[in-house]
Amino acid sequence: MSQTALNSSRRWIRPLLISLGVVLTLLLLVVPLVFIFVAAFSAGVGGLWQNLTEPDMLHAIGLTLLVAGLTVPINLIFGTLIAWCVTRFSFPGRRLLLTLIDIPFAVSPVVAGLLYLLLYGSNGPFASLLDQHDIQLMFAWPGLVMVTVFVSCPFVVRELVPLMSTLGTEQEEAAVLLGASGWQVFWHITLPNIRWALLYGVILTNARAVGEFGAVSVVSGTIRGQTNTLPLHIELLQQDYNTAGAFIAAALLTLIAIATLVVKAFLQWKLARQH
Amino acid sequence: MHTSKKLALLLFATLLSAPLAAKELLNSSYDIARELFAEINPLFIAHWQQQSGETLTINQSHGGSSRQAQAILQGLRADVVTFNQSTDIDVLHQRGNLLPANWRERLANNASPYYSTMAFLVRKGNPKQISSWQDLAKPGVGLVFPNPKTSGNARYTYLGAYGDALQRFDNDDAKARNWVKTFLANVVVFDTGGRGATTSFVDRGLGDVLITFESEVNGIIKQYPDQQFERVVPPTNVLAEFPVAWIDRNIQRNGTEKQAKAYLEFLYSKAAQQVLARHFYRVHDADVVAATAAQFPATKLFKVEEVFSSWDAVQSNHFASGGVLDQLLAEGKR
Repeated sequence: MSQTALNSSRRWIRPLLISLGVVLTLLLLVVPLVFIFVAAFSAGVGGLWQNLTEPDMLHAIGLTLLVAGLTVPINLIFGTLIAWCVTRFSFPGRRLLLTLIDIPFAVSPVVAGLLYLLLYGSNGPFASLLDQHDIQLMFAWPGLVMVTVFVSCPFVVRELVPLMSTLGTEQEEAAVLLGASGWQVFWHITLPNIRWALLYGVILTNARAVGEFGAVSVVSGTIRGQTNTLPLHIELLQQDYNTAGAFIAAALLTLIAIATLVVKAFLQWKLARQH
Repeated sequence: MHTSKKLALLLFATLLSAPLAAKELLNSSYDIARELFAEINPLFIAHWQQQSGETLTINQSHGGSSRQAQAILQGLRADVVTFNQSTDIDVLHQRGNLLPANWRERLANNASPYYSTMAFLVRKGNPKQISSWQDLAKPGVGLVFPNPKTSGNARYTYLGAYGDALQRFDNDDAKARNWVKTFLANVVVFDTGGRGATTSFVDRGLGDVLITFESEVNGIIKQYPDQQFERVVPPTNVLAEFPVAWIDRNIQRNGTEKQAKAYLEFLYSKAAQQVLARHFYRVHDADVVAATAAQFPATKLFKVEEVFSSWDAVQSNHFASGGVLDQLLAEGKR
């Protein structure tokens, strides 16, 4: 093929690929996103307000934030500990532990929900113990938190492990030699190094916790105004023929996602300015 | 974290909301009863307030009734169940011993405060001239109803069609079976639940006839007035009972015995029966029946137990894997 022919074919291919990319982005990402908001406003501002202030909707919003608000710190601490453990120490079973961490990604969320139901439900091994103390885990908010922690636990670990492996231990060892306590090492050496990965892990965890449907739907019992999270509420409204309401709830979830991204951008900007 | 304070507040509020509220009842119910209980519950709350001075909160959980029963067996502490299949209440006795076997005898009419039957929703002007079960197996008639494997609603459709065929062919099972096969071959789409089938018929425009509970058919006609759907109730039909029961184990633990029983008894009261009739359920209260007779076409109802010996037999012969339903579906495809 001559040089000119190659150039002319390139001239042809480049705009084609670019426009293909643009069209796909529009069709798969932008249009659905815009459509959610258009459909949410289809009931008018009055309908929007009425749907938003409906007690069950308010409770679904609160419950979703509660579940995410508990899941994120739990997985943040747990994930950091695990990552620290597997990258700073070598012990038998370390690889096994790393593999185990990935299980929530490998199994379907519905299976995760069922596992918890069989274990902590009233036919499970802990049933009589929980019953004696009148503790209700499944079909109540603790169950929702438990399954959400399960399905979203790998995010922080998976972000931290590769980074902490590459960082190595020299800086930390130096700090220890200089007489720093374990806590000081973590706070002044490790944390500054891993903060971006940590932040990213938190954001992914939060996104998953807010949007989780499968596992939550198994252990929820979908009691309106009690155990109905936003994703479950969307399904419920849809089945009630309240399409506008369903889209309003969907728009809320989208807004939470956008807000998360904004918070992330803001933190990045602020941290960048400190340096 | 900037939002941690807000989250803590929310957490606090959510945690508090449960124990602070006065007596609560949890009604575990079937999928399409949301609007119904949204209307009945405030009436009972007012009634109970007047009678006992106690303010009650009634929570609702809705889903396919088999799934609801499963959840209760796994520990969902529902005080009462209001289902559309008595087998799903029997399961609560058989597998969890949560209530006695004789639960049917604790309330009037087989513990079924209201009942319904199947009806056909046809498109404007009834272009395919549908008037009975027999018409549904004619060539070129497209049927929409959920999958009898997953939906109680569709089990009644199947049993209604089969029962009608048995009566037409003088209990000749081979002939009835053959007819049901052509009937099933006319199905355009099997959705998993009642509402999904409605969407297929109404929004996607699939099929000529949607078969579902009479109560649901009338609701759809009201919901989509511009499509001018019409309702057809066949002359012979299956009786669909809507059984209710309090869950003894749960009400003892929740301390809601009085409230739960009063709630279910209230479903038999004139006020509740009027609401039920307005939602196109057939009721027992003589006055309400007389006042609403016009909206319920006469039809000869048969009980599933009379035509098919028992629900257990129906379950194992027809709906179990490899049962008559599976066989007929497979034969119809060939």
